[in-house]
Amino acid sequence: MKKYSLYGLIRNSFNHQENWPRVWRSLQPKVEYDVIIVGAGGHGLATAYYLAKEHGVTNVAVLEKGYVGGGSVGRNTTIVRSNYLWDETSYLYEMSMKLWEGLSQELNFNLMFSQRGVLNLFHNEQEKRDTARRVNSNRLNGIDAELLNTEQVKKLVPILNTSPDARYPVLGASLQRRGGTARHDAVAWGFARAADARGVDIIQNCEVTGIRIEGGQVTGVDTTRGIIKARKVAVAVAADTSTLASMAGLRLPIDTHPLQALVSEPIKPVMHTVVMSNAVHAYVSQTDKGELIIGAGIDHYNGFGMRGSYSIIEGTMEAVVDVFPIFSRLRLLRHWAGSVDICPDASPIISKTHVKGLYFNCGWGTGGFKATPGSGWVYAYTIARDQPHPLNEPFSIERFTTGYLIDEHGAAAVAH
Amino acid sequence: MLLISCPWCGPREESEFSYGGEAHIVRPKDPDALSDLEWADYLFMRNNPSGRYLERWLHAAGCRRWFNAERDTVSYKIKSVYKISDPAPRGDE
Ligand SMILES: Cc1cc2nc3c(=O)[nH]c(=O)nc-3n(C[C@H](O)[C@H](O)[C@H](O)COP(=O)(O)OP(=O)(O)OC[C@H]3O[C@@H](n4cnc5c(N)ncnc54)[C@H](O)[C@@H]3O)c2cc1C
Ligand SMILES: [Zn+2]
Repeated sequence: MKKYSLYGLIRNSFNHQENWPRVWRSLQPKVEYDVIIVGAGGHGLATAYYLAKEHGVTNVAVLEKGYVGGGSVGRNTTIVRSNYLWDETSYLYEMSMKLWEGLSQELNFNLMFSQRGVLNLFHNEQEKRDTARRVNSNRLNGIDAELLNTEQVKKLVPILNTSPDARYPVLGASLQRRGGTARHDAVAWGFARAADARGVDIIQNCEVTGIRIEGGQVTGVDTTRGIIKARKVAVAVAADTSTLASMAGLRLPIDTHPLQALVSEPIKPVMHTVVMSNAVHAYVSQTDKGELIIGAGIDHYNGFGMRGSYSIIEGTMEAVVDVFPIFSRLRLLRHWAGSVDICPDASPIISKTHVKGLYFNCGWGTGGFKATPGSGWVYAYTIARDQPHPLNEPFSIERFTTGYLIDEHGAAAVAH
Repeated sequence: MLLISCPWCGPREESEFSYGGEAHIVRPKDPDALSDLEWADYLFMRNNPSGRYLERWLHAAGCRRWFNAERDTVSYKIKSVYKISDPAPRGDE
């Protein structure tokens, strides 16, 4: 891997920045690998990177049906935070947050990780109590969290409509100062480059169409580019999880829904933190270019079409304009949707299965971007040792049988 | 926005409806007789196909009646709607 540096930038400026090497190799798949990862989204690529780095497992292929970054990793609203309610989720997301804090340096790739703070507004008394409880729980778990009143919120975000007559009066907010945003594409590219440099094969335009199992043991996958053998197959396909599960005769507690987002025209800096509101199903941040990124709630029907219904974004925009009246005359430039894999308890699954050598990492729903490094780290551990790390042990498929659900609807139900 | 034909009221906008997920999941007659695995399968596990899907809708802001629809989860086209008591329509395969 050619290291990126200021010196390299200056040197290449003499040839019009034309001599940069490929960021990762373009390859034909080999006949056999030790580990096949299905899906080159953020989670699949991070898993490959940590397999190589932490466990010395480098005979690894990441198979991607489309292109690197074409899934939700390149469609999300880039919010990163770790202020979840329950211990299990707190530890997992906080571990991920710690990885984020050194990741640009580690990957030698500018992820534009910006700890600008994340505000979660509340608009009524019940939400206020719930938020106070979550803030207390975060602090007990060593995660930074503050409870702000209306004036304190107004001071941080002067453009907020804090009038008591507002349709959604702002009674206060929780603040996680270490939360913020990261450039989503860069995360995919940075992990792909770093995994490739350690010998991982990233193979695009290679769709997995079947999973081969003999005597309860995985032996490989069928793909649009032929059969590829491996005794460990790790699935990380987000929206398409159920399709892959059915290839192995499994059923999972997942429904796939459209999730929409919008971007405005660029304006001068008006908002220096991320502002989210569960009640109105909206979350807003401003990019370094000045655009506002606005995310909506999920569409209620199952959908893989990368499209959603207008009524959802209409509802979100009504609320956003009420909370930020200054945005009312902004033009929106782009609008898109992704598909997200929703679990009944709004927590992920990172698990072995009853098929030996077959692993699933899914159910991140509307909020898996923030978990990308942590998820990859624990998934790599689970695959390399064929046993979960204590951090992801509670997130097994068995929890739906034992009843040990990890209900994060309060902290995760809104998309983010 | 989807245009959904309620079997009783005819075509209405999606915003009048609420969604009920996968159709034809039958509540086990004798839940006590099930293993935890079987109960979990009934309660949580879903087919979630990309393509043809049989699903439930409620005409919440209309006649307030439930019905089923056959819809494609990729194109979102609704092929047919039918009553809860009707048998599942056969696929084209
Ligand atoms: C609009 C929107 C906003 C969001 N906002 C946030 C946010 O602010 N913060 C946050 O934390 N999360 C957010 N999320 C959620 C987050 O983006 C996802 O949880 C996360 O990206 C999913 O993991 P991934 O990156 O691995 O998935 P993906 O990038 O979707 O990767 C899965 C890959 O698998 C590939 N694949 C599928 N089937 C096959 C097959 N058969 N063979 C080979 N490859 C296959 C797909 O092509 C895809 O590239 C948002 C999501 C959306 C859609
Ligand atoms: Zn009706």
